[in-house]
Amino acid sequence: MMNRLFEKGRMKYIFALLVFAIGQLLVVTGYLNDYLFSTLTTLCINIILAVSLNLITGFTGQFSLGHAGFMSIGGYVCALISMRIPTVPGFLLGVLTGALAAAFVGFIVGLPTLRLKGDYLAIATLGMAEIIRIIFLNLKITNGAAGLNGIPQFVDWMWLSLFTFSSIILISNFIRSAHGRACVSIREDEIAAESIGIHATKYKVTAFVIGAFFAGIAGGLYASYFYFLRPTLFGFSRSIDILVIVVLGGIGSLSGSVIAAILLALISTYLQAFPELRMVFYAVALVVIMIVRPQGLMGSKELSLDLLKGFGRKRQRGGS
Amino acid sequence: MKKYLSVLLVLVLMTAALAGCSNAPSQPAASGDDAEEIKIGINYELSGGVATYGQANLEGIELAVEQINAAGGINGKKITLVTYDNKSDHAEATTLANRMMTQDGVLAAIGPATSGAFKATIPVAEKNQIPVVSGSATADDVTVDAQGLKEYAFRICFSDSYQGTAMADFALNTLNAKKAVIIMDSSSDYGKGLAKNFKEQFEKNGGTVVAEEAYVAKDTEFNAILTKVKGAEFDVIFIPGYYEEAGLIIKQARAQGIDAPVLGADGFDSPVLLELAGAEALNDVYFSNHYSSLDQDPLVLKFIEDFKAKYDKEPDAFNALGYDAMNFVADAVARAEKLDGTSIKDALASTENFAGVTGSFSIDENHNPVKSIVVIGLKNGVQDTISRTGE
Repeated sequence: MMNRLFEKGRMKYIFALLVFAIGQLLVVTGYLNDYLFSTLTTLCINIILAVSLNLITGFTGQFSLGHAGFMSIGGYVCALISMRIPTVPGFLLGVLTGALAAAFVGFIVGLPTLRLKGDYLAIATLGMAEIIRIIFLNLKITNGAAGLNGIPQFVDWMWLSLFTFSSIILISNFIRSAHGRACVSIREDEIAAESIGIHATKYKVTAFVIGAFFAGIAGGLYASYFYFLRPTLFGFSRSIDILVIVVLGGIGSLSGSVIAAILLALISTYLQAFPELRMVFYAVALVVIMIVRPQGLMGSKELSLDLLKGFGRKRQRGGS
Repeated sequence: MKKYLSVLLVLVLMTAALAGCSNAPSQPAASGDDAEEIKIGINYELSGGVATYGQANLEGIELAVEQINAAGGINGKKITLVTYDNKSDHAEATTLANRMMTQDGVLAAIGPATSGAFKATIPVAEKNQIPVVSGSATADDVTVDAQGLKEYAFRICFSDSYQGTAMADFALNTLNAKKAVIIMDSSSDYGKGLAKNFKEQFEKNGGTVVAEEAYVAKDTEFNAILTKVKGAEFDVIFIPGYYEEAGLIIKQARAQGIDAPVLGADGFDSPVLLELAGAEALNDVYFSNHYSSLDQDPLVLKFIEDFKAKYDKEPDAFNALGYDAMNFVADAVARAEKLDGTSIKDALASTENFAGVTGSFSIDENHNPVKSIVVIGLKNGVQDTISRTGE
């Protein structure tokens, strides 16, 4: 019975439930005050963004700088829907519609641009994110530069953890599937992958669309938690912020993205007490981490729950 | 070995961090009547895109606090500031508002400087029943919007629409202008709001707007727009926008031989305007502002003297607004029945004839100040004339 419960692959669900339960306990007992909760929300949103960008950049090897664009689509759609239907079902409808809209735009944009490689793709996706931002800046329904205010707030720990864990688990399952392995093979060598019959464009677009979908979810959560949206929030620098988390955690490591997001949130929170030196320390921390670990905190390895077993085995064999 | 070391380091960092987290909330913040000091939260843009606004506001605030504490504090209690930098980021502003209200136990918060970031902190203020005051959030819907009055939000500056209206009156009455051209920044609600209100007031009182052109922030080349405008017949140009672009527009307009008076709003108030346009282009330029260092009011003269003594430079409008915002809060704290958010909010709302360096004002039912506006005229790039209008 115990053995079956802790079977490999099931551990992550148990772990997710455990984290949810602890979080819920902290919320119910009032230990997690508004401030800590808002920090936690930012953290979870960053985790979803980083994990979804890692699918595109880390696993499929497509260097994208347009993640903020997808996030803004999810945010605006969710905001517009939940402002008209200010109920929990309205919020969920908003988040899902926003994510689908982001995925749809990802599909339209991905088809032509994913024929490009490396730097060219980065520039094309950067341009796309700018176009999306300028559209929101000029639309009447999004209230232009002033942005949307008074978006009803529905994000609580339950929805936050549900969306965060399902994003991580769905993306990690995708990567371990045959489709995911095809994506990794494209990253390793696109020509070799095509020579064994992998339709490169199809898998690149698939990864791009899935990444955009989850970025849309993050945008929806952002809109619903922070009450307001403006086009300036989704500029170039936000895409870079997400990329920093991915690179810092390790390109091609989901657990690395999660750890890096947590680490950066901690550093940033700690430095709030030193307003003048905050950005200096933050930047120094980034530089130091990149010098010590140029491959990112986790490289391309994953921190899984059977890590301890792996440690023991390695030590016996190599002695390091 | 190196690998284990770095894993270890990360673990140590994380445990240290978690330990830190658990300490913070276990010390309930002291507030209320028995507190020995009055904690005021400062939530300003000290880095990032609009850092100059936040830093300037903070200088004014710190000067005010120094003076209040030197005079014995408020009813014997000293003011301490809890200062945070929101990095010019709205989400960060919300997070920090939460932090200062739930964790640090501030009685009131000042900032952020820009309307968007300020609006982002208002729901937090309403939830925690702690008043927030901004010295420079000028957007029209800051304290009142479609959902009604924001009970815990106050500001001490006039709104964009008021500036647009005042500049239209100035063009009609002081400059005797009948025809105007508007060149607006269409990428900000600031520019759009000013343009709309200027046009309404100007046309209502017999003027005509003969041409309307638009640019977006960060543009640097305006000759196409100006050539088009040059063909029309007009008396004044109104440029609702910020100094980065306005400076270049004025320079290029003067170079094309357009010598009509140029009007603007408080977005012109920066030394950068002079750097960009050059002294010879800045003649016949008028803009509305909160404050002018030419003001001969004794209160203003004293403020300028004190400010120079502390920072060794001339105070600008944001310094003055920060100074007034802090004194405005201190005045309300002194009058409040009890030292809690709700009492201070009531005291703020009932402020009458507060004497500030940006003009004396009372707070109206929409939590906006009723105050006069200063129109500054430039001659060879320096402030030459001022006139106060409206009340």
